Amino acid sequence: MRIALILIGAALALAAPFFVYPVLLMTILCFVIFAASFNLLLGYVGLLCFGQAMFLGLSAYIAGQILKTTGISIELAIMAAALVSAALGAFVGFVAVRRSGIQFAMITFAFAQFVYFLLLQSEFTGGEDGMQGIPRTHLFGIIDISDSRTFYYFVLAMTVLAIFVVYRVVHSPFGEILKAIRDNEPRVESLGFRPERFKILAMTISAGLAGFAGALKATVFGFATLTDVSWTVSGEVILMTLLGGLGTLTGPMVGAGIIILMNDELAQFGEWALIAQGIILILVILFLRRGVVGEAGALVRRMKARRAK
Amino acid sequence: MAQSEFALEAKGIGRRFGDFWAVKDVDLQIRRGSIHAMIGPNGAGKTTCFNLLTKTLQPSTGQIILNGEDISKLRTSDVARKGMARSFQISATFTELTALENVRVALQSGHGSAWRFWSPIRSIYSLNQRAEELLEQVGLSAARDMTSAELSYGKKRALEIATTLALEPEVMLLDEPTAGMGHEDIEPITALIRKVSAGRTILIVEHNLSVVSDLSDRITVLQAGQVLMEGTYAEVSSDERVIAAYMGGVDDAA
Ligand SMILES: Nc1ncnc2c1ncn2[C@@H]1O[C@H](COP(=O)(O)OP(=O)(O)O)[C@@H](O)[C@H]1O
Ligand SMILES: [Mg+2]
Repeated sequence: MRIALILIGAALALAAPFFVYPVLLMTILCFVIFAASFNLLLGYVGLLCFGQAMFLGLSAYIAGQILKTTGISIELAIMAAALVSAALGAFVGFVAVRRSGIQFAMITFAFAQFVYFLLLQSEFTGGEDGMQGIPRTHLFGIIDISDSRTFYYFVLAMTVLAIFVVYRVVHSPFGEILKAIRDNEPRVESLGFRPERFKILAMTISAGLAGFAGALKATVFGFATLTDVSWTVSGEVILMTLLGGLGTLTGPMVGAGIIILMNDELAQFGEWALIAQGIILILVILFLRRGVVGEAGALVRRMKARRAK
Repeated sequence: MAQSEFALEAKGIGRRFGDFWAVKDVDLQIRRGSIHAMIGPNGAGKTTCFNLLTKTLQPSTGQIILNGEDISKLRTSDVARKGMARSFQISATFTELTALENVRVALQSGHGSAWRFWSPIRSIYSLNQRAEELLEQVGLSAARDMTSAELSYGKKRALEIATTLALEPEVMLLDEPTAGMGHEDIEPITALIRKVSAGRTILIVEHNLSVVSDLSDRITVLQAGQVLMEGTYAEVSSDERVIAAYMGGVDDAA
């Protein structure tokens, strides 16, 4: 059953660019990674980072700057930018991680605003105008992937890689400790661990992944803007994750897909996109506590249980 | 490590919240290998004492000595590594993890594996056998793959004890292990505590006096944050002040 679903998903992902505008698909994929990075913290450690966009946006500018000024191969630029975001994540984690709940959220929010301000003021980012003309250099320095359909497959491969990383972390010995921290942090401490250290590493990994998404996004669009660092994007990723299903691997992917498609459809109506998001958020909170994927899973389990009787 | 007579000692420990001393000037001497009970009305400061002894809370005054070593300045996680582990009054399990995983978390303590975010979970299946032994010891073999959220209250408490035992602590602190349990669960837990007390020192907070009389070698009575008296069950239960304190404020509900 699961394998069948994966195969169908793979077939759809491979065929999609022949039916749908590749840039839209690639946007979805970038946000799939971004939402997965956020879910790693909220869903598996219980940390609500209300500034996840700082990792996305910073990395987009860093990757852009590297590509524009050095011309090194694309995968190296993306990796380097993701590492910068990971370092920022480690630093923010170091400061914020002793706090929990709303305090943690506010500290991360403050950091994100600060990063926004720095990027707005910096020369290299182009301030309000953003950074334009980010080139798609060759993969491994030799393979030309600049054509948008080819590039889609590159982004798809990167997404699979990123999701595999999340899967690996969540289902690792370290991941088991993270889930324990989420469920009962004082208990983990009383068992001889120092939860704050685990949380810092989780933030580092999460920020690295968010940065990976941001760098990829910059190469998709060929530009980076302040929108990627803005608090609305930090909020949007929360919505994606909750809508799809917190603490499930596929939930954030589904949530990212729905929100991006919806934004795309509603773009022509301006502010309506925001209003629709607000309404969705309310509906999810009221009726879909576990998100689309979580509720679907619960439904399947209920049906199985009924059949077993 | 010098084998002092007492596994755990507290000298004048106290803790203030604002102007209120929840625990004040408490001395404790827990004999190695004994089961020592701490009793007292609700709000007497028993849980706060536990929090101080395990460094979950910073003491405002006093010294804590574990196996002759001053641990007053250590952090909670280090105290656990030194061989003193606790359970909590409000059941503390990892609700979304299975019983096996709950215990395995504790087995990962002090095991370098806990940092391996790149390894598949298979890499610590070697800990499963020990985890299964511990589950069997507390009668939870059948619950191995159930999440803790699915377990009954009594089984959660048993799971918490198995998790605590996974640290192989020399000194175990149990905060009201039978609180909120039905009669059918109390007897097995009491038997379990007696079983695991072999080769260990146990400090237990307990409201159920029959459990206390059953298990404990010595009893400290706490009232309003201070030690009212210490003695054997016979001494304590016949003391006028203890009877008065209990009649004055006993409420077995919590
Ligand atoms: N973190 C805290 N802040 C303020 N007061 C506290 C705190 N923890 C405990 N107390 C107070 O200290 C007293 C002792 O509480 P506790 O140790 O839980 O009692 P017991 O376990 O004996 O029932 C109570 O009056 C309680 O309200
Ligand atoms: Mg108590």
